[in-house]
Amino acid sequence: MKKYLIPALSAAGILALSAVQSDAREYKIGFIGPMSGGAAQLGQQMERGAKLYMKLHKSQLGGHTVKMIVRDSKRPGGPIAKAAAQELITREKVELITGLIFSPNAMSIAPLVNKSKTPVVIMNAGTAFIPNMSPYMVRVSFTMWQSGYIMGQHAAGKLGCKTAVSGYTNYPPGKDSVAAFKKGFESSGGKVIDAIPMGGPAKVPDFTPFFQRAKSKNPNCMYVFVPGGNHAAAVAKTYQALAMRKAGVQLIGPGDITQSSLLQAMGPAAVGVVTASHYNMFLKSAENQAFVKTWQAEYGAKSVPDFVGVGGYDGMAAVYAAIKAANGSKLTADGAMKRLKGWKFNSPRGPISIDPETRDIVQNVYISTVRQKGGLLVQEIQQKFEAVKDKCKELKLGKCGKKLY
Amino acid sequence: MTAITGADTAATAEAVKFLQTRHRFHWAEVLPWVIAIAVFYLLPGYRLLATQILVMILFALSLDLIVGYAGIISLGHTAFFGTGAYITALLAANNIPDPLIGLVAAAIGAAVLGFLSGWVLLRTAGLTLLVLTMAVTIMLGELANDFDEITGGFDGINFTNSEIFGLIEIDQLWYTSSYIYVLVVLFLSFLLIRTIVHAPFGRMLIGIRENTKRMSAIGTPVHQRQVLVYVISAAIAGIAGALWVQVQGNVTTGVYAFELSGDVLIMIILGGTGRLYGAFIGATVFKILESLTEQILGTNQPYWQLTIGIVLILTVLFARRGLYGIFEDIGEKWKDRSQ
Repeated sequence: MKKYLIPALSAAGILALSAVQSDAREYKIGFIGPMSGGAAQLGQQMERGAKLYMKLHKSQLGGHTVKMIVRDSKRPGGPIAKAAAQELITREKVELITGLIFSPNAMSIAPLVNKSKTPVVIMNAGTAFIPNMSPYMVRVSFTMWQSGYIMGQHAAGKLGCKTAVSGYTNYPPGKDSVAAFKKGFESSGGKVIDAIPMGGPAKVPDFTPFFQRAKSKNPNCMYVFVPGGNHAAAVAKTYQALAMRKAGVQLIGPGDITQSSLLQAMGPAAVGVVTASHYNMFLKSAENQAFVKTWQAEYGAKSVPDFVGVGGYDGMAAVYAAIKAANGSKLTADGAMKRLKGWKFNSPRGPISIDPETRDIVQNVYISTVRQKGGLLVQEIQQKFEAVKDKCKELKLGKCGKKLY
Repeated sequence: MTAITGADTAATAEAVKFLQTRHRFHWAEVLPWVIAIAVFYLLPGYRLLATQILVMILFALSLDLIVGYAGIISLGHTAFFGTGAYITALLAANNIPDPLIGLVAAAIGAAVLGFLSGWVLLRTAGLTLLVLTMAVTIMLGELANDFDEITGGFDGINFTNSEIFGLIEIDQLWYTSSYIYVLVVLFLSFLLIRTIVHAPFGRMLIGIRENTKRMSAIGTPVHQRQVLVYVISAAIAGIAGALWVQVQGNVTTGVYAFELSGDVLIMIILGGTGRLYGAFIGATVFKILESLTEQILGTNQPYWQLTIGIVLILTVLFARRGLYGIFEDIGEKWKDRSQ
């Protein structure tokens, strides 16, 4: 090890020197996410993912550096996120904004960035039509349509469900998700016989009456959407308490109900749940195994990356790609969009790209089942769908088919 | 009643003088407006935050009118704030983009809601009233979430207002005209509120706050008067809600958030209830701590709730009349010394 040290140091020195010579530039970017309150765990996942990428790819920019300014968006809902964005743009003079967990936060800043011509990389917010609101937004996360539609097809096909009931948290991602599921399920010959709204996203409700209603309809499958966070454990427990598996109801849903970082907390009740999602930490690819390993080396063995963390990591990869393309000059919205439309990356979740038409993510979607293995819950991948686009924009449904700026 | 002695005459004269000059403008009342104008020129990067503070001051003033003056404690004042916000936003999103029409419609809409809910709710008092006001705003929030075809639900709606008088655009990046617009509306509303609280009507409200039974005994129709001040307060809260969404071009169910009702109550407790300028101080301190705690401490860790909690505890323990009370005390001391 030692004999490489001196050459390595001198190489680093030369690099540093050459960096100084070529006018190293500091790129200021703004990061908006919930760092306090009920959703702080999501904000922390996203920030950790983003920082991990920055740490591992310091040399990628050839001497230019990135300074990330973190602002707390506190609650879901526009005003605080918008104030943060305005202040980041006008006072901190950031050249790009990223982060954004909640859809309404991303939507509220759209008019602002349209005016200031600031590029935005969305790391999470999943309501389908968001990129239609600004020509300067790209999304690296997901849309609810990607998982929902495929889960619908899979449920009617491989799982052999003829009837299904859906239960959803009553806000746009939930409605998106069950609409996508219905479309996929019924196009493959199934029938959704009931759709049950299960309260708002702010609090975890008592799911018993909703699941009781679902059980009384005797469906083959029950498709559940709840937001990432604490809802999922309650869903699994209610499903078990009402003995729905014994009654022949298979629990399915998008990856939000089996978020890797919260999977163990769901307990044995979660075993057998089938989900469709673009990421879980059990993916077998070399990229993912390296990612999980470096994540745990950085944040401790107890910390587990989930789809929000990967959103942060990949989002920062997109930001670096845009900065690299700017190469020392100012990062303009047009320049960043030119680089990011069609951008490709080998993510821990598999190969991803940005659709040049819609500026939205194209990625694999995996069907997986929760299994118990040595006292721990793991997810076993059963099937992979490659290069999945957002179905809502493909079918031009409602706002997904319109230009909203 | 004994005859007035010499010493009494002096005390009475002073009391009479106080009553006669109470409504006159003190030179220090210029200060908040000077500060507001100075902020506009000196801190352009903070203008959106400053604009939000101005709106929150108006919202806090409207709450102070019922809590501080009339003694009606409410944890659901966002019902009116949110209704004003949605009325303005929906008008703008449906081809009536004039901001001033939006303001007037918001005030009327919120006032009607204030009348309907106030007529029923104000028959109760204390805890019952507190919970009922809360229930109203939570219900409205659920309605806004449920009728997402109209309201956009949790995601809300973006909209664009037309120019004020067809001339001045409500600017959403640098907040130049927006700030002035809000400041002017705040100033006019403040003059109205100040007139109300110094008028006999305002004195009567304090009477109701201090002793409802006695006011009834001397012939004041207490319930009617309470409803009236509730309606006025609702209308002003509606205007605040309208301004809130107009300067952001966006409305979400957050305007009905029960937390916001709590926040605004904390603002007037911090600043001092029943004293107009308490709302100015409370809203400013609250919003600055909320937005800038992390920046001031130079950390990414979210400490703002802790900081607000500590300031609130200290205020309640050591400055019962709020932060404005401290200014009053200093003013008194200064006066004593100069005599």
